[in-house]
Amino acid sequence: MRTRKYLALWLGLVSVCNLYAADPSASEVQALRDELKVIRTEYESRIDELERRLDAAEQATRDASNTANLAQEEVRQARAEIAVPAASSSSASSVSVAPDNSFNPSMGVIFQGQAWAYEQNPEDYAIAGFPFGGEAGPAAEGFSLAETEINIAANVDDKFTAWLTMPIVYEDGETKVEIEEAWVETLALPAGLSVRMGRTYSNIGYVNNQHSHSWDFTDQPLPYQAFLGNQYLDDGLQMRWLAPTDFYLEVGAELFRGDRYPSGGATNSGFGSHTLSLRSGGDVGVSNSWLAGLSWLSADSADRPSGDANDPLLFNGATDLYIASFVWKWSPFGNWREGNFKFQAEYLWRNEKGAYSVLGLDSMPWDSDQHGWYMQAIYQPLAQWRFGVRMDRLGGDVPSSAWAGTPLYYPGDDPSRYSLMVDWSNSEFSRLRFQYTLDDSSGENDNQFGLQYIYSIGAHGAHSF
Amino acid sequence: MTRTYLSFVVAFGLALHAGTAGADINVFTCEPEWAALATELGGAHVVAESATHGLQDPHYIQARPSLISRVRKADLVVCTGAQLEIGWLSMLLGKANNPAVLPGKPGFLEASTLVPKLDIPQSVDRSQGDMHVGGNPHIQGNPHNIALVAKGLADRLVTLDPVNADAYRSGLDSFLQRWQAAIAGWENLAQPLRGKTLVAHHRSFTYLEEWLGLVELATLEPLPGIPPTSAHLAELLEMLGTDGNGAAFIIREAYQSPKASEWLSDKTGIPAVLLPTTVGGSTAATNLFTLFDDIINRLLEARP
Repeated sequence: MRTRKYLALWLGLVSVCNLYAADPSASEVQALRDELKVIRTEYESRIDELERRLDAAEQATRDASNTANLAQEEVRQARAEIAVPAASSSSASSVSVAPDNSFNPSMGVIFQGQAWAYEQNPEDYAIAGFPFGGEAGPAAEGFSLAETEINIAANVDDKFTAWLTMPIVYEDGETKVEIEEAWVETLALPAGLSVRMGRTYSNIGYVNNQHSHSWDFTDQPLPYQAFLGNQYLDDGLQMRWLAPTDFYLEVGAELFRGDRYPSGGATNSGFGSHTLSLRSGGDVGVSNSWLAGLSWLSADSADRPSGDANDPLLFNGATDLYIASFVWKWSPFGNWREGNFKFQAEYLWRNEKGAYSVLGLDSMPWDSDQHGWYMQAIYQPLAQWRFGVRMDRLGGDVPSSAWAGTPLYYPGDDPSRYSLMVDWSNSEFSRLRFQYTLDDSSGENDNQFGLQYIYSIGAHGAHSF
Repeated sequence: MTRTYLSFVVAFGLALHAGTAGADINVFTCEPEWAALATELGGAHVVAESATHGLQDPHYIQARPSLISRVRKADLVVCTGAQLEIGWLSMLLGKANNPAVLPGKPGFLEASTLVPKLDIPQSVDRSQGDMHVGGNPHIQGNPHNIALVAKGLADRLVTLDPVNADAYRSGLDSFLQRWQAAIAGWENLAQPLRGKTLVAHHRSFTYLEEWLGLVELATLEPLPGIPPTSAHLAELLEMLGTDGNGAAFIIREAYQSPKASEWLSDKTGIPAVLLPTTVGGSTAATNLFTLFDDIINRLLEARP
């Protein structure tokens, strides 16, 4: 009767929660016994469990006055659970279906805010030769809310799943709800294929499709700011094919509207840009793994704005951007929580061919090769603390003197930044971060100090490699 | 008569099958215990590989490229579920483009749905730590649960590979026979452990404790998923005193840092014991049987 003792112990613990339970009676226990006998014929596999509970309940009546009633409830529940789903063997459940913590759809909110101190005025920030487009640029000085992001996701049916990211932002004195991502994706295509439709971050590069809350620094590396307007995101179609090989090999192709930097004006009747990407990766022993990728983005632009928002440069022409990405992760025996190290580097190279109109002047032909890279390393020696270092740099052709005095004139000064980061995560859902950046990219050294918080509530997101 | 005929057909099917490796069921499991179980049941008909090994914390796994390509080729994915793999499994399934192993399909088995769960929270509030709303997911600590999962898993193998149905059924029968005998042995050996009190690193041992009649006084983690803090350890020290207050063990998983348990052991004199939570969690735990042999040996040896 060892079984009895330990179950009594367990039931005793559980019973603390059931203060409302009434006094038991011997007849109830007997009734349960009878019921059990009936069930026995049908559910032999479950009977031992029930008997153990019942025995325990009897034992518990002697020890504590309220446990038998609980046990009765236990047995009743157990019986109900057996009776219902055991009929369908294909269902995953023969006892109970684990409830999801999500509603349908699942929902989560991510809170992000920051405070920055700069030596130079961030309003005047500009890198000569690399006028920014899209969302790129430094965060506001002082306190500011970054995006407050609402994520809603669910399977639509057996063949499609859907995702919505709606940031609420405060811009130019107005609170706006934006659609950052809104896509549906296939679940049931054969042969390792999937197709996504809607607005999505492009699959190029490594950090391009990462939401800002999963970045390792508060901001994107300089080449992403300069060449992709922080991140390339557009409306269109994304296809991924995963090869049935022993090693990881993914081929991706995308066709986009071409209305967002580095594309613009939705050229080609609204099919203005397309991408191709190739990714591979694997493990080295149990402690190391890697991911490498090559991507190509081809974007046509008509009157694509960049630089000063009030007096933008307008580009007409073709952009080709190539990205080589490499990520290496280490953790002791693959125990990420115990400590980890992540090295990440990307090289971006772009050619733009076409014409720029500058500051109200006639447009002048433009053909330029530019490049940029960054390297970063994140070390997490303890469960909650991470330390990071990053270096980013831009470079490229020096344009002819005809461009001197315009934002497109690159003096060949290798704009660069050096950043240090420390963050503390109490749990998977909260993070506080400090970042220091020494930024000489806009010509003068700028010491930048930032604090950031990232919190999430609701659906527990999974993280990509 | 029919039965003989049937087994002849099946035997013929098996013989045919033996020549075609492609007919094997390729099983991807999230944890090593399910890979070991699939191999026990399916024998040569099953190729089972676990995403994690016994020294890894299954809560925190990177959705690595190698795992994505393995899910891509799997016929069956077996995971504990109950949100244990919430941080990575959905990413693997989402990237692997394999419709056969998505939740709800015969190719996806959530083991925790097959057993009665403990620690089901009355309310879910993350101020109580990273709660698993479906209950404690560390179900493999009780060998009776392994038996329940074995039945569900054998059913699934039969559904996916009906040609070898008899092989899976006899695999199940043979396993359960050996398993029940082993359970009786363990329960007999572990009698002296009944009623002993302990402190655990994380609530990974709830099912083991329930099975063996051990009583968990506290965890080294202040809240589930939050690593031990010095303030919390000081509280535990106050509770246990320098003589350990009768507590018999401080237990931790193979993948947890030994620092907290060794510190507390040093201060209280309670032995700190590493317990494998799964196959491969210790050198002795090479399969499901030796896993429980080792758990019980370690507890008996450390018993004050």
